[in-house]
Amino acid sequence: MTRSLFDMVKDAALAALVAALLALPLLGFRLADSAQGLQLETRLSWVPIAAAIVFAGRLALNLAAPWLAKWKDRAPAGKPKLETAINRRPLYVGLAMAAAALALPLTPWGDRNMLDKGTLVLIYVMLGWGLNIVVGLAGLLVLGYAAFYAVGAYSYAILSQIFGLTFWECLPISGAMAALFGLLVGFPVLRLRGDYLAIVTLGFGEIIRVILLNWASITGGPNGISGIQRPSFFGMPMTASSPGHTTFHEFFDIPFAPTQRIVLLYYVILLLALVTNLVSLRIRRLPIGRAWEALREDEIACRSLGINPTASKLSAFALGTAFAGFAGCFFATRQGFISPESFTFLESAVILAIVVLGGMGSQTGVVLAAVLLVGLPEWFRDLAQYRMIAFGGAMVLIMLWRPKGLLAGRTPTIRLNKGEAA
Amino acid sequence: MNYFLQQMINGVTLGAIYGLIAIGYTMVYGIIGMINFAHGDIMMIGAFISLIAFLVVGALGVTAVPLALVLVLVGALFFTSAYGWAVERVAYRRLRGSFKLAPLISAIGMSIVLQNMVQLVQGARVKPLQPVITGGIELSAAGSDYPVTLGWLQIVIILLTVALMAGFTFLIQRTSLGRAQRATEQDMGMANLLGINVDRVISMTFVMGAALAGVAGLMVTLYYGVVDFYIGFVAGMKAFTAAVLGGIGSLPGAMLGGLLIGLIEALWSGYGSIEYKDVAVFAVLILVLMVRPSGLLGKPEVEKV
Repeated sequence: MTRSLFDMVKDAALAALVAALLALPLLGFRLADSAQGLQLETRLSWVPIAAAIVFAGRLALNLAAPWLAKWKDRAPAGKPKLETAINRRPLYVGLAMAAAALALPLTPWGDRNMLDKGTLVLIYVMLGWGLNIVVGLAGLLVLGYAAFYAVGAYSYAILSQIFGLTFWECLPISGAMAALFGLLVGFPVLRLRGDYLAIVTLGFGEIIRVILLNWASITGGPNGISGIQRPSFFGMPMTASSPGHTTFHEFFDIPFAPTQRIVLLYYVILLLALVTNLVSLRIRRLPIGRAWEALREDEIACRSLGINPTASKLSAFALGTAFAGFAGCFFATRQGFISPESFTFLESAVILAIVVLGGMGSQTGVVLAAVLLVGLPEWFRDLAQYRMIAFGGAMVLIMLWRPKGLLAGRTPTIRLNKGEAA
Repeated sequence: MNYFLQQMINGVTLGAIYGLIAIGYTMVYGIIGMINFAHGDIMMIGAFISLIAFLVVGALGVTAVPLALVLVLVGALFFTSAYGWAVERVAYRRLRGSFKLAPLISAIGMSIVLQNMVQLVQGARVKPLQPVITGGIELSAAGSDYPVTLGWLQIVIILLTVALMAGFTFLIQRTSLGRAQRATEQDMGMANLLGINVDRVISMTFVMGAALAGVAGLMVTLYYGVVDFYIGFVAGMKAFTAAVLGGIGSLPGAMLGGLLIGLIEALWSGYGSIEYKDVAVFAVLILVLMVRPSGLLGKPEVEKV
């Protein structure tokens, strides 16, 4: 499909016209606060600039279209080849990635800054893998995953404040609490159509946030909870000195360094993430995992085969939310401070975006998407607002470019005929 | 009693606004089965455009309130529709027929882009507007303990909503565009085979939804008197809840759902605690869905093998 140059210019001119139209009210005028109330400032010169940018961009895209098409065609259309390639990849790539992540603190790059960012990315990797159990395997769309993350975080924060429990004691409790909430939400709605689950979980996320904001006597309201205990290393606190306890550096007889705590946090989340990964990889081989995937594909067929849809979905939901609880517990101990601000809808959207952008069901894809969406923007903290626009724009562009996600195509659960992919 | 009446009036007004936004959700969902997450932000853009239009109209020297209102309404309708069209064209059209979550993520991305774009170009601070329509009718008898007022603004909002709904129903039921739309909703492939330009119909759906959201944005601007870049999210979420409550895909359902959400919110704020009004809204949604899984006026979905 080649178009004449004239057509391309015409198309670009149309796009520019639309851009000018859109830019006119919002870019052309600016609402400015002043002593006399709201004032209007004009900056109409921005409108032609916006139009010109769109014109140039559209024209470039049109001119590049034939090459882009050719480039796309170059990828072989043959599906079997692609699938075997995908099937071989995860094990080696995954092991290599895990090894690299394990070795990171020992390498020269593993300074404090890098480890902090690595820890943050790993939290999202873990959340992505956890949500992937619900969305990717069981096919249930959840828009309020951050709520369960919040339940985990607040469970730990509150338990450690009131009962003085430690991180390691609270970790399983946080997971259990999140799973319990998952069951509570899931039970009434899981028999509903998929999209209703989406809205109900979205609503649940808001409910949790509103409660956290307003139940000030327990949750601290908008001020949140601060001074949350840091994790210890087998009971040894990671502090310079601790009366009555042997601290980490005293036990190993090494000089104290604040980095030690960062390294510990990094390894804890790496361990948690790898456990999440292992569980979701292995559970796909179990009957319950197969039931989830079967349910995702065809619920009626499953029912006629004697699979209980509600129970299966509930178990997927509970497992997925439990991992959110673990991650939340870790988040609380890492930050030392939590507030409802950290658990907004945007958080849920980012986690879901990581799962979908990575290519649903692809464990490596989740890592890739987490690095791209969470790790990369960390380097551009100074450009706060542009960063968010770029973030949203990237979500749109990646979807347009690869609607199935960056690493599309999941590993077939069962191979009917070894060697030859279906 | 008077207090109750006043809350009802407030609730109906609020419900009218939610209903208008909900129609955009329900129509888009009905036709292409996607949750258009950017729709709330389209409403927010409509609110900003209205605010700017008010100031422009004021600067041009139009002082008669009805004329100014009509001009602003037309401006908001036009430009917000353009935004609705552009969002569909850029972010959703190419994803039609692809795997189901792709347009959802694209929509969430679009919502983030729109919010932050407005924040960037218009500033993050809350923008106030002096009341344009003031006064109202005193409904309560003289000397009663709680005065009940029906504001002119509330009357305008309710009448405008009723008029738009009537026009909209006519559009869907009687015109060829409405027929094409209903056909596309029932079976996109078949409609395409029969010569309906499906892309155009879907574009028009977004334009209509955005136009109604633009009017809702104008109403929000007038009613609350303040606008900021974040209003789209909360209002959009409640409107979507309204659409689900009424039965997603059903236009009267969207209006009914909006009305109910508005009433619940007003009554809960009036009698319960204002902090927990959103909790009440979602709790009612969950309860209704448990009893009627396809919403109040929705058709039960027949699952086929």
